[in-house]
Amino acid sequence: MNRRMVFYILSWVLRMEAILMLLPIITAVIYREHEIVYFLISAVSCAVFSLLISPRKPKDTKMYTREGFVSVALSWVLLSIFGCLPFYISGAIPHFIDALFETVSGFTTTGASILSSVEELSHCILFWRSFTHWIGGMGILVFVLAILPMSGAENIHIMRAESPGPSVGKLVPKVRSTAKILYSIYLVLTLVEFILLISGGMPAFDAICVSFGTAGTGGFAVKNTGLANYTFYQQMITTIFMILFGVNFNVYFLFYARKPKDALKSEEARAYLFIILVATLLITLDVRCFFPNILESFHHSAFQVASIITTTGFSTQDFDLWPTFSKAILVLLMFIGACAGSTGGGIKVSRIAILWKTVMKEMSSMIHPNSVKIIKMEGKPVEHTVLRSINTYLATYIMIFVASLLIVCYDKFDLITSFTAVAATFNNIGPGLALVGPTSNFSSFSVLSKIILIFDMLAGRLELFPMILLFSIRTWRKQL
Amino acid sequence: MKIIIAGIGKVGITLAERLNAEGHDITLIDKDAATLRTVADRIDVMGVEGNGVSYQVQMEAGIRQADLLIATTNSDEQNMLCCLMARKAGDCHTIARIRDPEYVKEVQFLREELNMSMIINPEREAALEVSRLIKYPSAIKIDSFAKGRVDLMKLVIPENSELDGCKVFEVNTKLRCRVLICIVERGEEVLIPDGSFELHAGDRLSFVADHKQAQDFFKKAHVQNNSIRSILLIGGGKMTYYVAKTLEETGISVKIIERDFKTCQFLSEVLPKATIINGDGTDQQLLLDEGIEQCGAIATFTGIDEENIMLSLYAGSLNPKAKMLTKINRIGFDNVIRSMNLGSVINPQLISADRIVTYVRAMQNSMGSNIETLFQVAPCAEALEFRVERESEVTDIELQQLTLKPGLLVACIYRGGKVVIPGGQDSIRPGDSVVIVTTQRGLNDLTDILR
Repeated sequence: MNRRMVFYILSWVLRMEAILMLLPIITAVIYREHEIVYFLISAVSCAVFSLLISPRKPKDTKMYTREGFVSVALSWVLLSIFGCLPFYISGAIPHFIDALFETVSGFTTTGASILSSVEELSHCILFWRSFTHWIGGMGILVFVLAILPMSGAENIHIMRAESPGPSVGKLVPKVRSTAKILYSIYLVLTLVEFILLISGGMPAFDAICVSFGTAGTGGFAVKNTGLANYTFYQQMITTIFMILFGVNFNVYFLFYARKPKDALKSEEARAYLFIILVATLLITLDVRCFFPNILESFHHSAFQVASIITTTGFSTQDFDLWPTFSKAILVLLMFIGACAGSTGGGIKVSRIAILWKTVMKEMSSMIHPNSVKIIKMEGKPVEHTVLRSINTYLATYIMIFVASLLIVCYDKFDLITSFTAVAATFNNIGPGLALVGPTSNFSSFSVLSKIILIFDMLAGRLELFPMILLFSIRTWRKQL
Repeated sequence: MKIIIAGIGKVGITLAERLNAEGHDITLIDKDAATLRTVADRIDVMGVEGNGVSYQVQMEAGIRQADLLIATTNSDEQNMLCCLMARKAGDCHTIARIRDPEYVKEVQFLREELNMSMIINPEREAALEVSRLIKYPSAIKIDSFAKGRVDLMKLVIPENSELDGCKVFEVNTKLRCRVLICIVERGEEVLIPDGSFELHAGDRLSFVADHKQAQDFFKKAHVQNNSIRSILLIGGGKMTYYVAKTLEETGISVKIIERDFKTCQFLSEVLPKATIINGDGTDQQLLLDEGIEQCGAIATFTGIDEENIMLSLYAGSLNPKAKMLTKINRIGFDNVIRSMNLGSVINPQLISADRIVTYVRAMQNSMGSNIETLFQVAPCAEALEFRVERESEVTDIELQQLTLKPGLLVACIYRGGKVVIPGGQDSIRPGDSVVIVTTQRGLNDLTDILR
């Protein structure tokens, strides 16, 4: 394995992080907060460490799949470790594991918190907390790819390892241009949401943080009550944008490339919107007695459905108090997740769709053993390797889920708490049910459970395999 | 530029690699999804699965925005259709590979009628190079510039040559001739030597000179340069046909050994002067019978690389004086092949890739570039010819005062019918043709030579 090249990429990721920490520093200057010192220390240590591990570009720049996976996984681990420094050294979160949990939850756009009260934190800390969502949403390495002049196909390995979805394609021939386009779409959508929120009367700081949380489908709020105290309009805008950020970014690219017909044909986006619609209607009817009128019931159901299926995890209502049927739907949505190629997590709609079609095909071939049927997605035949990788993904997903659940259950919480805690972190959602519901937090778990949940969040964000490969001896072997 | 390549065989991949390295956006079209995937893993390009002729597929590959479409599928007709469709679907330049001898005479007509920018025929291009090599048997590669008046030749320095142990700045005084040594390949190294560089026997030396000086140089360096009177071609493919055709008028006697009887009949029909032997070219007895030990040049042009290599090695052992020409299709094992004594290695793919890259560079700057010709001299060194149209920051300044990029050499200035081998006091003037040899990739304009 070309370790120098891995270090080179890691060092670029850390350099980027040091630069990105300038934003909370600016926030601290604006609000005249003394936490600026901690951000400066973190940024400097980040920069120094990056120079230590790779002072210059290595001569041998060859990278293969293995290097791609390893550098992506290690990048996210390092990113989180350095990202939690401001929380830890400022004393905002006194325990290191807690600080790490909060940061990983931020970068992986989970939004699960161990803080019971966020309002007492300073602005720059809150800003950084929400900003990690924005960085993690589209992926830091995609960002590095967009600016780092690396020629060659090596970087497709990196992009493939970081971007969600069963088969990662490029929008344009060059990885670098693809990364640039993705980030432009991301930035523009975030800005539009910010402007719409501000024009709806939300304070600028809240608007920025909520926009970051929505864009990355993260879910950290700046109020203890989540988004419950914002106006109807602000909640509606957030609902719409949560749904928008859960759509495959290819769809936006098709609009940009003036192919609106192709964009509207997207099978995955249609399925995704259909699921949202059905789930919202079912919950609206189920919870109508909680609200004065059906419109409000629809509004909150839509918000909650959007928040869960896109794996954002914002809340306007304590849905833990809702009837079991509604809660069950929400838990199901947790597993479905957003579209591939979006900023959301979960299993992804396209995988579910392909799995569904596979099941249908197998059923029909039981009745007609000699029938030949090709599974199609977006009008194109799905290759066998993709089908296989989806099946493997699902199997691995279940195994990790069960193992994590088993360990977390050792904490002696009830099954709903433990189950939804794992589901909410593994699918990068945030709040679960019962003791980890929207009004509570994850602080009461043991250190071991928190470490397991941290791993789950990273594995969920990076689509399992990069994280698992880190633990395989074969990955690290020098020869073959 | 946005370039679409339809059909990814060897030429397609070589082109994709080289054009991608020069920063173009490449989209590949091929019917085979697996090939597309492996190529996209190696090179930063996008793949579109499908038939390159289909309008739908071309649209998906973005023909509307494309600047150039290169059709290199293995069927001539498909390539033509593909270019035709591209002209109709979008507004782009088109290049087609057309290699069937039947179409050779119609190339001009086809190009005009189908509105193509260029038709490339790898075998024919290679055959032209072969016929040049036959003129200078001791050179292993010859590229010509300034409409054929300046040659860039490559030779291996033999043992007991005066060049062995000679420093580069001494060469011209010692041999009393005017040539410019521009590239030395030693083992796997490719160097642009400075004056104090010492040459050794076994080095591959590339130099620039006009015809007369080149001949002088060969003579004085004690490199054998006997003219060739007979050539034995093993294998009767397209290359053989084109080579035999070009040599027909020169009076060199041509003998072709081909296994397939029908092909023999065809060859004998189109090449009345050549002797056609129907037999197995790998049969040693047959080769001996047909006088492999006596002929002046032996070309192994069968369709199988391994067979060509074995045959060349065998022929070289029987007849060490003969000029060897070996056709190699696969590029991957370049360094291994160079270490073997195979004479001139002919790679039709590389030659056509050179031509297309030249075209692309010229097109990119058709707005400004003036690359006339481009050759890949060594694995990572190029020779480019620029026409100086107008004054710029490099003209009318003594060369020694220009700060050139490292690994770059002004090899030759062609001015008004005279070849100038430039020294420090010479300068480039508008109207000249200038040959630049460089290890830097992606030069587009003469002004790019400055640091």
